[in-house]
Order: sequence, then structure tokens, then C-alpha cells
Amino acid sequence: MTLWLAAERGLDRVCGPAANPLRQLGAVAAFAFALLAASGALLYVLLDTSADGAWASIERLAVVPLGLGDLLRGLHRHAADLLVVALVLHLLREWLHGHYVRVHRFAWLTGVPLVGFVFAAGIGGFWLNWDQLGQYSALATAEWLDALPLLGAPMARNFLGVASVGDRLFSLFLFVHVGVSLLMAFGLWFHVQRLGRPVLWPTRALVLALLAMLALVAVLAPVRSHAPAALARVPAELRLDWFLLFLHPLGEALTLPGLWVLVAAVAALLFGLPLWRRAQPAAPVAVVDAANCNGCRRCEDDCPYAAVTMVPHPNQRIGRHLAVVDSTMCAGCGICAGACPSSTPFRGAAQLVTGIDMPQRPVSVLRAELRAALAACTAPAPIVVFGCGQGARLATVAAPDVLTIGLICTGQLPPSFVEYALRDGAAGVLVAACREGGCAFRQGERWAAQRLLGQREPHLRDGVPADRWAMASAGAGDEAALAQAVRQLRQRLNALDDAADNYPIAAAPAAPPAAVAPFPSPPP
Amino acid sequence: MSPEAIARPTAARGPMAWAGQLLLYGLFALGIGVFSQWPPYRPLAEGQALIKVSFVRVGKPVGDCRQRSAEELARLPPTMRAPEVCPRERSPVTVELDIDGRRALTRSAAPAGLSRDGASALYERLVVPAGERRIAVRLSDDQRPGAPVHRREATLRLAPGQVLVIDFDPSLGGITLQ
Repeated sequence: MTLWLAAERGLDRVCGPAANPLRQLGAVAAFAFALLAASGALLYVLLDTSADGAWASIERLAVVPLGLGDLLRGLHRHAADLLVVALVLHLLREWLHGHYVRVHRFAWLTGVPLVGFVFAAGIGGFWLNWDQLGQYSALATAEWLDALPLLGAPMARNFLGVASVGDRLFSLFLFVHVGVSLLMAFGLWFHVQRLGRPVLWPTRALVLALLAMLALVAVLAPVRSHAPAALARVPAELRLDWFLLFLHPLGEALTLPGLWVLVAAVAALLFGLPLWRRAQPAAPVAVVDAANCNGCRRCEDDCPYAAVTMVPHPNQRIGRHLAVVDSTMCAGCGICAGACPSSTPFRGAAQLVTGIDMPQRPVSVLRAELRAALAACTAPAPIVVFGCGQGARLATVAAPDVLTIGLICTGQLPPSFVEYALRDGAAGVLVAACREGGCAFRQGERWAAQRLLGQREPHLRDGVPADRWAMASAGAGDEAALAQAVRQLRQRLNALDDAADNYPIAAAPAAPPAAVAPFPSPPP
Repeated sequence: MSPEAIARPTAARGPMAWAGQLLLYGLFALGIGVFSQWPPYRPLAEGQALIKVSFVRVGKPVGDCRQRSAEELARLPPTMRAPEVCPRERSPVTVELDIDGRRALTRSAAPAGLSRDGASALYERLVVPAGERRIAVRLSDDQRPGAPVHRREATLRLAPGQVLVIDFDPSLGGITLQ
């Protein structure tokens, strides 16, 4: 995990968080799949779908002017390689982050079969060229399937002689490649069903970089066919695509039943992980208060796991709705509470009850904590730091003039808290979020940034002085970045004349004093 | 200064970042370009040939047919009074392969089906040194004592990388070497 985080941070420095491929591996895989579909559709038009004509029709791509045929073929092949790499890294990242239990279980269990689909469709694609590589791969696959006593006659008998490989068998090849790819598209749709606003397309910078990279490989190292398939001979030497076809040599090294045991063990491990960790207690989920929910749908829009839906409000007013939380899908991140318009600390109610809130860290406690901290602070120009519980440790910057308020996720912070803190005596406010694309709850830092910058509701009011608050990227392990952000904000505040007096405290909203609640431990 | 400008960069800028990205994507491209076709793989070692022994054959019934007695026929419904009754189960098909006088393969393929009345199927691969080889194949599809055994012997020159298929096709006279 430490190595992975170091790699993510390293690429942040090189690419920037927005174009860091390690932070959007699922989207990279979806992009590779889209590129495969687009290039595959063109190749299908050009392919002679018969055993006798396939090889020649693919070979003709090499003579298309301007190298366009090579480009098309190379993009298709190397997009498949990219898909495998992105998929494996995506799986590894989600595993390292523990994203296979609770709300992640559905995405995990629906994602694991996609690995099988990718290899089935990818390996099947090599057969369509029906060269020596396709012959080797098709035969090796048939022999591997024959190692299970499923069929009466061995599938490998289909490759004993030239006469046995006819157009009907070639139709089966096409079905494996295209049909399984269609299954994969359906599986991908299923995979993201329990995500709010799934990210299926990388940022433009990353798309351009990946496209340029794949095109470069396609042109500089064009994909070439082997000699046409000849079943009377074993190919002497093959240029294997090791990303997809490594299973064949592995089967020969382990024996075919051994490869089945290995594949079954890996599948059992991947499918069994969520069951293994199932006994762990679930995180507290969001709670809706019908009296304070006005049915605005912001929590539904912002929920990263599509756990919030709207139903007709029990008060039966026409058009009025009520948020409902599906406890099996709620990650307990509090982003919905940050989205709720009733979460503003300026409300005058004696007891601050919001339309949707987190029982383990209610907005009322945040407000009480903030007020108590500011009241107890004797420093002349205190800075309030709101920080993510999954990110850099706030305790590392706590000081007499730096007051820290922990959140479950930065997305839990209603933006009006910034203004409230400034009005209540803070000289400046720092909102510390995880790095872009690094939110443990997918979209917390993104929504928080958009709300604070006025790009998303509820937004921070324009009247709040922009030079008195800041947002910092400080994920887990970024304590140094957090400390630097605090120092920079302090320098900025020092540069301002009469920092505290320019923004006098308005009429203080009534709020009962409350003890500072300890911040609960973040979920593992 | 905008609020987000303090410590929240979203895109890397500057010549070092560009150089870093060029290096990153260049290395990735190199990795994909190389490992999509290198190192080469040899399915068969140099100087080797491959013999495939494969057949799909329905064995003979495990026993002889017999005539039903008049009493047996009388006990049967009129529509089922076939005079001859034969065992449904088929014999397993056994194959033996000798190469240069030494036993290289002995396999017995059981008939498919719950009643063991289906075809017996076999697919085996043997890697052998290329060159001239004396091949002797015996195939038995009848387990009754004294039943004939199909035989085929030949001396063949196997070229490196050649695939010799040993099959059974009654229309071609039994055991075939292709």
C-alpha cells in the first residue's frame, strides 16, 4: 500500500492529479474498451470472416496507404494490451484500498468476472487472423478446455486437419470474440450500477496521452501476421502477445489441470475476499429527518454510491419529495450531509437538525465543536482547518492558533461552515481534502471543491473574502503538504491589514453549547 | 490569489513535468511494444516432432446378443417383444502405441453416457525426436475374449515441427496415420 501511494504521488508530480492514470484506472480500462470497440468495428468491416480468406484480408491492411491499416490494427491490438494492464492495476488498487467489502462488494463481485471476459474475448481475437499464432492459441485453448471432462468429444479434434477447420468453426471464433465483448459491455454496465456518476472516460489530457502512446507503438512496431495457419506443423517460433497469451505457456509449464487449479484458486480468492471480510461491522449510514428534508435532490445528486433515492414526501404536498437512504449502499461518507441545504450552521434552531446527516458525526456536533474551539482560543488570528478523516493527520498541524475540525470526508463539510468560522472569529479557514482523484469515497474532494468555488450547490457565498480561505490537497501521508498549506495561508493572512477587523462577526446564531465530541476512527 | 491556488494544483506544468510525462508514456509504450511480441516463444523444442493420438469411436457391445425365450417374450407387452436382446453398454476403446519398439502410450477411453453407451474419445499428445521412427498402433474396441484388434505399423520420417495424427476412420480402413 505504501508503495502504491508513493507511485500515485510520484505520478501526481509528473502528470498532475487530473491526468494521473493511476487515479483513474477504471476509466482508462473503459477507454481502452471503447477504443477496442471502435477499431474492432472497422476491422470487422475489412475482415473476410472465413477460414480461407481471413488471413489474406488482414494481411491487406499492411498495404493500406499512409500506414492507416497498420495504425488501425496496432490500435486494436495495443488497446487490448492497455486494457489488460489497466484492469490488473485497477483490481490491485481496489484490493489495496480494501474496496471489496460493504458498499464496494457489488462492484467488486461484478468486476471480477470482467477479468475473465477480457481474457476470453482478447484471446479469441487472435484466432480470427488464422495465422500460426491464431492456430497455436486456438489449439492451446481447446486443449485446456478439454482438460475438464465437459464434452463427449475433445474440442482439440477440431484442429487435427485442415478439413476440420471450416467456416462454421470460424463463426464460433467470431462469436467468442464479438459475443464475449458484448457480454463484457453488459458486465461493465452492471459493474457501475451502484455508483453515482460513474467515471467511464478519463480526463481529456489522459485520453490524448494514451491515444498518442498507442498510435506511436502501432506505427513504430506494427503488428504483423505470422504465416498462415498450417495444422500439419507446430509453429517453430511465435511472437506471443504476453499480456494476453501468457496463459498458454503457463499451461504448458504447469500442465493443463495445473492451470485450471491456478485459475480456480485465483477466482476463488477474488470472489471470496468480500465474503471473508463480511463479518466486519458496517459503518453507520446516513439518516434522513423528514421534517427537515425539503426534497431538493442534492444529496441524491452527490451521493457517490447512488444510495439516496427520492420518494413522495409523507406530508403529501404535491411535488414534495423525501430522501431515502439504502443502508446496504451507503458508505457512511457524509457527502450527502454536506450537500443538504439545511446543514447550514447559520440556522437559528436551538437544535441543529439537518435533512440528512451522519449519526456518528452530525453537523450539529461540527458546529458545536467549531464554536467551542473558537471560544476557547486565545490566539489573535486563529486558523481553522477542516480536514478529511481519510487524509493527512490533522493533529500534525494543531497549534494554539490552528484549530482542527475532523470530518468523515471533506465532502461532508457544508460550505457555509467556512463563512461561519470566519464570522465566529477565525482569521482564515483551510479546507484540507485528499488529492484530486484520491478520495476514499470517490467524489468527496471534487464536490467540496466545486461547492467552495461556487460551481455546485450548495455553494459558498460570493461575499466571503476569497483571501481568507483556501483548499489544500493533503491525502493520507501528506502531512508535510498540509503543514505547508497552513504556513502559506498564515503568510497570506499576515499580509492582510487588520485581518480580524475587516470581517466582523455578525449576529451570532443561537446554538446550545455542546461538548466537543471525539472524532470517531475512520473505517478501515 | 484565488482560493484554490494555495496548495491544490490539478495539472503538472513546466518543462520537468513535460519531460516526466514523455518519459512515463515512452516507457509504457516501450513496455507494450516489446512485450506484445517479445520474447519469442517456441511451442516445440528444436528437433522435435509431435504425435497426436486421437479418436472418437463407439466400442462394440460388452456382450453378445441373445434370443429371448418364448416365456420371456410372453411376459413382455406385445409392442416390446423383440426376439433379440443386446447389452446396451459399450466396450471401452483401448489404444497402445509403440515407437521404435518401445511402449510410448497406453490409454483406455471409457464410453460416454450414464449407461456407458456413447462413444469413447481420446486426445493425447506425444513429443518425440524428429527423424525416422517405427510406429506401431493397436486399437481394441471390443472387450470380448478373442475379439479382433485393429493394428497398423509403419516406418515414417518425421520432420522437425511435423504433426503426425493417429486417428481411426473405418471408411479409410481403420487406423490412419496423417
